[in-house]
Parts: sequence; structure tokens; C-alpha cells
Amino acid sequence: MTGVIDTVRDIALTVNGEQREGRVPVRLLLSDFLRGHLGLTGTHLGCEHGVCGCCTVLMDGEPIRSCLLFAVQADGHALTTVEGLAPDEGPLHPLQEAFREEHALQCGFCTPGFLITLVSFLQRNPDPSDEQIREALSGNLCRCTGYQNIVRAVKRAVSH
Amino acid sequence: MPTRWFGEPVRRNEDPRFLTGKGNFVDDINPPGAVHAAVLRSSLAHARITRIDVEAARQLDGVLAVWTWEDLGDLWRPSPMVVPHDALTHPKTQYPLAKDKVNYVGEAVALVVATDRYVAEDACDLIEVEYEPLPAITDTEAAVAEGAPLVHEDVPNNVAATLTQQVGDVERAFDEADHVFSERLLIERSAGQPMETRAIAAQWDELERVLTVWDTTQAPLSIRNGLAVLLGLPENAVRVVAPDVGGGFGTKIMMFYPEEVLVPLAAMRLRRPVKWAEDRREHLIASNHERGQVHEASIAVRADGTILGIKDVFLHDTGAYTPYGIVVPIVTSTQLPGPYRLPNYYSESRTVYTNKVPVTPYRGAGRPHGCFVMERLVDLAARELGMDRAEIRFKNFIQPDQFPWDVGLTFQDGAPTRYDSGNYPEGLRIALEHIGYDNFPQKQAELREQGRYLGLGMASYVEGTGIGPYEGAHVRVDGTAQKVIVATCVGTQGQGHQTSFAQIVADELGVRPDQVVITTGDSRSMNWGSGTYASRSAVVTGNAVGAASRTVREKTAQLAAELFEASPADIEFEDERVFVRGSPEFGLPLWDIAVVANPIRYAYGTQAAQAIKLLKNREGPPLPEGTDPGLEARKYFSPAQATFASGNHAAILEVDPQTGIVTILKYVAVHDCGRVINPMIVEGQVHGGVAQGIGGSFYERLVYDQDGQPLSTTFMDYLIPTAMEVPEIECYHVETPSPLNPLGIKGAGEAGVIPVPALMAQALDDALSPWGVRVTEMPLNPGQIRELVRERG
Amino acid sequence: MKPPPFAYVDPHNVAEALDALGEYRDEGKVLAGGQSLVPLLNMRLAQPRVVIDLNRITELDFIAARNTNGAEGITFGAMTRQRSVEDAQDVLAQLPMLKEAIGWVGHPQIRNRGTVGGSIAHADPAAELPLVFRALDGAATVRSRRGSRTIPASDFFVYTFTPALEADEMLVDIWLPLPAPRTGQAFVEVARRHGDFALVAAAASLTLDEHRVCSDVRIAIGGAAPTPVRATRAEAALRGQRVSLDAFRQAGQLAGEDLEPTADVHADAAYRREVAGVLTYRALKLALERVPPEPDGSSTAAPKPAEPAR
Repeated sequence: MTGVIDTVRDIALTVNGEQREGRVPVRLLLSDFLRGHLGLTGTHLGCEHGVCGCCTVLMDGEPIRSCLLFAVQADGHALTTVEGLAPDEGPLHPLQEAFREEHALQCGFCTPGFLITLVSFLQRNPDPSDEQIREALSGNLCRCTGYQNIVRAVKRAVSH
Repeated sequence: MPTRWFGEPVRRNEDPRFLTGKGNFVDDINPPGAVHAAVLRSSLAHARITRIDVEAARQLDGVLAVWTWEDLGDLWRPSPMVVPHDALTHPKTQYPLAKDKVNYVGEAVALVVATDRYVAEDACDLIEVEYEPLPAITDTEAAVAEGAPLVHEDVPNNVAATLTQQVGDVERAFDEADHVFSERLLIERSAGQPMETRAIAAQWDELERVLTVWDTTQAPLSIRNGLAVLLGLPENAVRVVAPDVGGGFGTKIMMFYPEEVLVPLAAMRLRRPVKWAEDRREHLIASNHERGQVHEASIAVRADGTILGIKDVFLHDTGAYTPYGIVVPIVTSTQLPGPYRLPNYYSESRTVYTNKVPVTPYRGAGRPHGCFVMERLVDLAARELGMDRAEIRFKNFIQPDQFPWDVGLTFQDGAPTRYDSGNYPEGLRIALEHIGYDNFPQKQAELREQGRYLGLGMASYVEGTGIGPYEGAHVRVDGTAQKVIVATCVGTQGQGHQTSFAQIVADELGVRPDQVVITTGDSRSMNWGSGTYASRSAVVTGNAVGAASRTVREKTAQLAAELFEASPADIEFEDERVFVRGSPEFGLPLWDIAVVANPIRYAYGTQAAQAIKLLKNREGPPLPEGTDPGLEARKYFSPAQATFASGNHAAILEVDPQTGIVTILKYVAVHDCGRVINPMIVEGQVHGGVAQGIGGSFYERLVYDQDGQPLSTTFMDYLIPTAMEVPEIECYHVETPSPLNPLGIKGAGEAGVIPVPALMAQALDDALSPWGVRVTEMPLNPGQIRELVRERG
Repeated sequence: MKPPPFAYVDPHNVAEALDALGEYRDEGKVLAGGQSLVPLLNMRLAQPRVVIDLNRITELDFIAARNTNGAEGITFGAMTRQRSVEDAQDVLAQLPMLKEAIGWVGHPQIRNRGTVGGSIAHADPAAELPLVFRALDGAATVRSRRGSRTIPASDFFVYTFTPALEADEMLVDIWLPLPAPRTGQAFVEVARRHGDFALVAAAASLTLDEHRVCSDVRIAIGGAAPTPVRATRAEAALRGQRVSLDAFRQAGQLAGEDLEPTADVHADAAYRREVAGVLTYRALKLALERVPPEPDGSSTAAPKPAEPAR
């Protein structure tokens, strides 16, 4: 059996296209691995019980709550965080541009989670209705914007 | 002054870093060698502590320190009473760690510092605390009843304060009235719940001999001032920085939360940087709550619907302590009259201790309660008199030609509640037009026949904003960087200060907003100020920024006038250039003038070489008498009183009487915050406020059981509305400039949340009118809504 | 909120998983999608000594047609992601109740990780998949080192969060039967917000014979008892009778009466009981509308005027 009973493990995974490694306690949450070990602090912690969506990242292209995964579970997988949406010093992703144009963020804390969720959603649904957009957003909480401008930003990104 | 940028929906300067995950929130800051704290909190609402044993915790591998109250030395003292008041006769503030007694579930009992948060939490689990339970007070009315157990032994009847305010002769008004209607109204506890919980990181720099504290506070200067006193350090040896903060809503303003003392102290003592990041479960019991009040209110009217007087007696639940004085009940009592002529008014409130989390202002800060009571009374009168609910409002509004209107009360800033400007009838007219008030009854009747129950609600409010004491701004033109550098020490939690203030500067100095770099929230950059609260930043800081920019403009014009041998009145500022009107060739880039303004021997940059050529031979000192080098100014704005914003909202909702589920179909918000710096930002504030108001109407309630155990401990229990629960919000504006400040602006931060529960209550009454329903409590869950129908049969 | 210390093992196949379960039994806790378990770990409400992570076991991630005891149905491997179910349009076309229910399960991010087996074995009475499983009389395959057995849905849920699994047993797949001809199905739910657990939910499957008499009916209620429950008295009152809205109303009444729900911060017992009745009516009405039309085009779905119920 591969699973010798472990409390620490070595992991190797791809994050934003780069190979990353670490030796981690098995109970280390993926969210903490990204923020602490890898210094990718764009992924935020809003609740740590899987409701607010601030910690959303893509795992193998699908949005998941990184506070509900252990780092060891991401071994061998490919992750995308908000830092991976646009190259450093490069142009913003169209969705990021649209967020800025429509004032779809205020404090910015929930924004990475929304962007990641939406990037995946728009790949599956390139031409969503307002209702579909709101439903896609319903797993991410925002306390500042009332969501309206986020919906506008999605529509703007779709139309461009 | 040209207004090229003021009033424009300028895209925000701060967005790029947030969009790319490069925001700098406190928990993103990781000083090398940092260790992590966790707090052990009381699991009982009211108990004596008979024993605390931390030995096992101290022995755990990775633990650096475990402290109880005994370890704090002379720092074990109650937090300062930040907003004292004569009526607050029995104030109580919290100690950083509990000693003999705990008074609410969540109260801090011990601090653990360890190599990481996981280990720190493990250590918390090993701390043994022996409690002797005491009876818990959870209900405000029960708390003031004879013989009720006491939260604090030396506070009779659990009453911290009794506050009365009155205007006119309310007894006579009630005697002379044709009708008096009374109602008991209840608002239940809820809380701000910003998406970022609280966090603090502290580091003592041995080389600089400075303590730096990164804190999610809304008032960094106040924390700096307090910490300096507490730790016995000179003010300039303490630097408090509120970097990017993920929402505040009032929850993050305190002096002090216990952790704001414990974490800096740990950093000083351990000589290691210490970090503490609150988690959500913790936040729900360790960060302040609000909204709990019980009102017995009456309205006296003439038969024609004229309001003659209001009596309101209420209890305000302050939780276990009064860390922010009685600001919330003061705001409730002074803002209750709202937009109406109210010649006679009696307000009496008792602030009551309970064994729950302490209460401090949350967006609205007492206004939602006051608006709920007033609007429900107006609706009650309308119903009983058979009067149209819009008509009774129009009839009683203060009219546009009646300003300034003195309500006759004293506001939270100690100044008179004197409305400076407004146009309430226009606001309501616009709201009713866009919600479709006139043809709604027909639509409602048609849908009722199909078994669908729709209702329309409206509510109006007035909001005192922009109170003192003052704020300051420092503006400086940096010629080499070609930027205008601005500092102010209010904090920013999403309001877009780095853009709206930049717009003001840009107009004065003829640059673009993206050329203005604004630092907020760093006590090192600006030494004087108060904080971000009470919808005051745009007004107070905005005007300070305006004053400082104007001064810089004047200095620049003076210097340019000398250089070009013109009159300062003829100097123009446009597209980064400063020139003589009519002869633009006699001009220079603003940046070059900044270089010239600093007559030092060594000036860097190509501009310096160009600019120096302009200096003619002269007599006298390089820096003339009475001038300062550079293009720089520091100015303050101190308002004498609040400036009063207002709004009128309306909504249509649908209720399923069998399940109690509500869907909001349409929402209109008309808002007057005077002249608007950035309409995009203002509308965003309204959207967010309305969303919180919807939460406070149907989703958000902090529930406690009779032993004082909180039952809303996670986001599965405390329900924040999602994009499916918040509708599209149509925003319209009325603009009555404020005569009280040069920019003519009023505050906008809290507006959206104020009228929502009031109008939702009215809409529910309307939807369920076949059952004669009367909503007197907010928020309501589906069961309670269903119950309204059931009890009417 | 960080989880307490635990040891971790991630078997790569079912045999290894069963070995781990057999060895650690009550000290071990199985981790499937984690959407329910990890919050409990983060809040330290669960403190297992060993976490047995099933996410490497690809052989449990499948959807396949299977006949059981002569009935046609679909089998879902326990580690099948809820998202995979949502995306399997051809499968959902055959299981209309599941199709309607899956959209109520949390949010996309939850469904990307949450599993069919995890949800059912977690046995939350307010969850959608256990309710569908119960309503359709599904069957669970359960294995241990000692062997394999089948547990019918009627025996699977013992109490809140308590399935009928021994400490060394693991759910490996669940089977759902396809609906009989002339069957309409519906899943209705009341939740505080979109994606929340149900305050109350009702699932109904209605089968008619060629005379519009109810030949079979299943009504299951969620969120109103420690487990998903079948409204057996309501079912008995409808079986063998002509369908009508009045009969459905009565069925709703009966369904509610038999419930003894618990109260929580979101709803009290009376609400759950009464709304269960309302939802039963609504589910039956919808199910009737969805009974497929006869080959000659006539519809059995048009309800006749109210008739006296028996």
C-alpha cells in the first residue's frame, strides 16, 4: 500500500504553469500552502468552511474551494490561482479589464475568487443569460458590491 | 475651479493590484520570522473563572508563549472609553484578557503564540479553564426587569445609560391629536461581516526602535495614539498601518479590540514579529455586533394625516460592554425624525447590558433602527386613517424651501441636528415613478387572482454625514517622479479613496487622477486625523484634500507668476502644464515648477536642468521669507456640524404565503449626497448597502439560546445574501449641494442600508394585505413570514 | 480554523481502502469530496486519528447502466463527482428526478469535488441526493474486507449523519432504478438561499395506469426528520385511486402529519411539518404534469375536476 500512515508528505504539483514542490504536514490546507509556502497571497481566506468562495482556485481547470482540500491532495495536479490569469507586467485578462471598467470590485478581497469562478464558467457558457450569471456567482459572497456590477462586468467581457 | 474630473466615473487607481491578486491585506504581510497567535475564548456566556491551567499548552512543541491576564502586567487594564457621554453613567470596557469572570461567549481568556496557527490552535485545546456558570442575560427586556441577574454586579438593572431627547411639548401634542397610534417594534441583532475578518501583525524593529503594527482597523491614527500611551512609547516610535482592508462597515473600528493590545505586546516582549488572523467562526463571536433594539413607539396625528408628535421609548442591547459609548442609540434617537416635520418628539432610551458580544456601530449605526420605527409609524397612521402611504409622506416632508431645518436635537458629534439642504419630495417622486407606483395596484390585483402575492414598499430617510472632529491631507508635487503625492490617514476598506480624492487633486492641479498617488491609513505619512466611519471620509477628508490642493495650486501660481512675470490670477493649469492664460508659450510642466520650487544645489532629473535656466539673477534669499520649499501643503477640514444626505427607496417583492419565501422583483434607490465626486463609486456604495439591508430584512440574524450560546456560528447559519438574493438595483440621483463645505458634498457610505428593512416591512404588509398582516419585526425568516399569515387565519 | 493533527493515508484502489478501514475502523474517517467533512475538520468538530482519502481511487468514478432484480437502472460509483452527474445529460434524461435535484446541490465549486457516495453516506437529511436515493428505492453496494452486501435505501439511513455502515465498511456504489412507463417525477425544495441545504424538500414519483389510476407513487420528504423519510400513509392513500388535486392536497396533509421535525435557527418544527405538506402537494402536481402523454397524443396529465377522496 502506497499510503503508509503519514503526518508529513512531499508533494509536487503545477501552479500557474510552474512546477512547485514542498514538504508539508498532511493537515496543511491547500489554501495555506498556496498563501504561505508559495507566497501566492492572491487567494484569500474568508471563512475556511467552504461557503464564501474567497479561496476559489482552479484545479485541473475546475473551480474548487482550496480551504476544503489538503495540500497533499493536490499532489500531481495542476492549479491556477488569480496570479496566473494574466502575465506579470502584462495586459490584464479581458475579465479583469471588464471588472475594472464596471467597478465590479470595491475592497477587492473576494475578487480573486470571483475571477477564478467566472473564468471557468465562461469557458463552459460563453453566452450566459443574466439569470445564469447570477446562479454561477451564487457560490461566491461579496459584501461590498451587491453583485450588480459583477454581473455587468461578465456581460461586458462576453460581448467583447 | 475647473471640474474636469469631479463628477466623472473615473476608473479606480487601486483596481489593478486587487485584480491580479497583488493586494496587500494584513494577512498577506509576512515579516520574516513571524510567529502566530491564537486566542482562547470563553465557551460560556456568563461565568466565573475559577482556574486556568496553561501548563500543558506551554509544553507543546512549537509554542512560544501562553499568556493569561497575569502575564500582562500593567497592560491589564480596561480599554479606554472612547466616546464618553453624560448619559452613560455605567460604562464598561473590556480587559485584554478575562480575569475572574467572562461576560459573553467569545470573550478572550488566553493568548497563545506558536510557530504556526495550526500549532497555536492545538495549544488552545490544551488550556484547561474551569468555569462556574452564572445565569446568562440574553433578552433585553428581561435584563431590565426587577430581579434580573446582573451582567455587571455594580450596574443596577443592567442599565448602562439612560438618554432622553425631546423637542416641543409631546404631551400636549398627544392630548390635542385626533388620533394616537402605537406599536411595538423589534430589530434583531446582526453584524457587518466584512469578507476579510480582522487581522493584526506587529513587529518591533530593534534598529529603528519602532513598533510597526499592521491592523485591519478603520482608524489607524487612533490606534497609534492609544498604543503609544499604553506601551509608554513616543508617538513617532509607533507606526500603525491599515494597508488594504477587505471591508469594514464599522466592525473594524474600536479602541481597542483585545488583540490590538495583545499582538503588539507579544511582538515587543518576544522580540519576534507576531501575526494574528481571525477566522470566520471566531469573527462571529469576537468582532462586534449591532442592530438589537426594542421600541415602544407612538405617533400622534391630525385626522388629515399631519404628524403632530412622536413618542419613542426603546431598549438598546449593547452586549456585555460599551466600547463605543452610546453612539448607536444617540443616532437612532436623533435620526428617527427623518425627513418629516416633527414639532414634538420625545425619545427615551436605555442602553442595556446582556451576556452577548459587545455592540458598536455597523453601517447605519442606529439609523436603520430609527428609520424602521419612523416609517412603520407613518405606515400605521396611513393605514388607520385610510390614507395613501405616499400621500402622507408628501404631506409631512420638510419642504425644499424650509432649509436649514433644525430638528431640535443634539447629534452624535455634539452639534445640533440641523439639516442643511435636501429635496425629499423630489426624491420620493422619482422613486415612485420608477417603481411604477401608479399602476401597481392593478398589476397586484391581477396577479392575486393567479394566486401570486406581490407587494410594494417605500421608505425615506435622512442621514447625518461628514461629522468632525477633522481630517487632514498632505499634498506634494513630486517633480522627478512626475506624480502628485497625497497622504491622509483615514483608512480605506473599499470606498475608492485612492481615486475619488485623486479626482479632487487632479482638478486643482491640472493633472490626471492616475497621476495622483494617494496613501491612506499609514500613521507615518500623516500624523493627524480620526478615522473612517459615519460616512465622513468624502466630506471631511475630501475637503481637506481640496484645501491642501488649492494651497498647492496657489503656491504654484505664485511661483509661476514670478517666473513668467504675470499675475497669479492669470495662471492656468491644464494637461500637466502651468501657463499664462492667452500666452501658453509662457508656461512649464507642473513637474518642472516643482523642481524650481526647491532651490537646492543638487537637483536631479532632466527637468532640473531645464528649469534652472529660468531662474534669473535675483536679490534676496533663495527661499523668500515666509515661503516653504517645494509645492506642498498640509491642510485640515473641521466641520461645525454634520451635513445631511437623504434618500428614498422603493421595491416590489413577491411572497409565497405557503412557504414564506420572498423574492425581490424590482428595487429603486434614489439618493442625494450633494455633489458627487465619482458617481460610479457612489452607486457602488448604494448597491452594497442595499445588499446588506436585504440581508438585514430576510437573512441575517445572530441567534442566541437562553444560555447565551450563539447559534449563528458559521456562514451556514449566518446567511449573507448571494447574487441570487440581491436584485438589480436601479439608482437615481437628486443633488442638493451642501452649503457647509467648499466641495458641496455629503457622505454616501451608509446610505444604501438605512431604509431597507422599513420598506420591506411595508412591502410585506402590502403583499399580504388580504390577511391584514402587520410586520413589526425585522429580520424575518420564512417561518416567521408564514406565521404572519397563519395567525391571521 | 485549522484542522487538528491526524495521520493520512490515500489508498489507490478499493482493496487498499478496505484494508485501511479494516485496520483503523472507528479511528479512521473516510474522505471523499470533503465538502462536508473538511469543514468539520477545520472547525475541529471531527477529530479522527486517521483520514483515509479515497480521491485516488479511480475505479469508483463511473456511471453505468445496470439491471438489478429485473429492474433497469443506473449505477453510480461512490466517487463519481456530482459535477459528472450534472454533465451526464443522457443519464439525467433517464432519471428526471435526479436531474431536477442535482441543480439544487450546493454550488458548482461544491459539485466539482462533492461525490455521489460521499453525499449519500454523509446522510444529511436535508441533502438532495439522499432524498432522491430514498424516494426511488435505490440500493447501495457496501464492502469491507469481510465481503460485500447490498443495502436498500429503506434501510440505509439510521439517523442524522448515521448510515447503516459498520466501522470497517465503505459505500462503493449506488444504484437508482429508471422510472416505469407513465411516470412523472418532481423534486421541489425550499431553501433560505440558492444552494443552501433544504429547509424542507419533497420528491415525488407518480405512475399511472391507462385509466389514470395511480398504480404507484413514492413521496419522500427531506429536512423534516433525522433521515429522509417516505410518506407511507400519503402513498397508501393515493395508490389505487384516481388522481386529483384534492387527493394530492390530502396526501400533503397526511405527509405532514406523520413528521416530527427538529427545530434549528432556520426553521421551527411546525414550519417544516406544514411546508412538507405544501411541497408534497406541489411535487405531486408537478409529477402529474410530467407524466408522458399517451401514444395517441392524449395526456393523462390534465387533472380531472376534484373528486371525493377515499
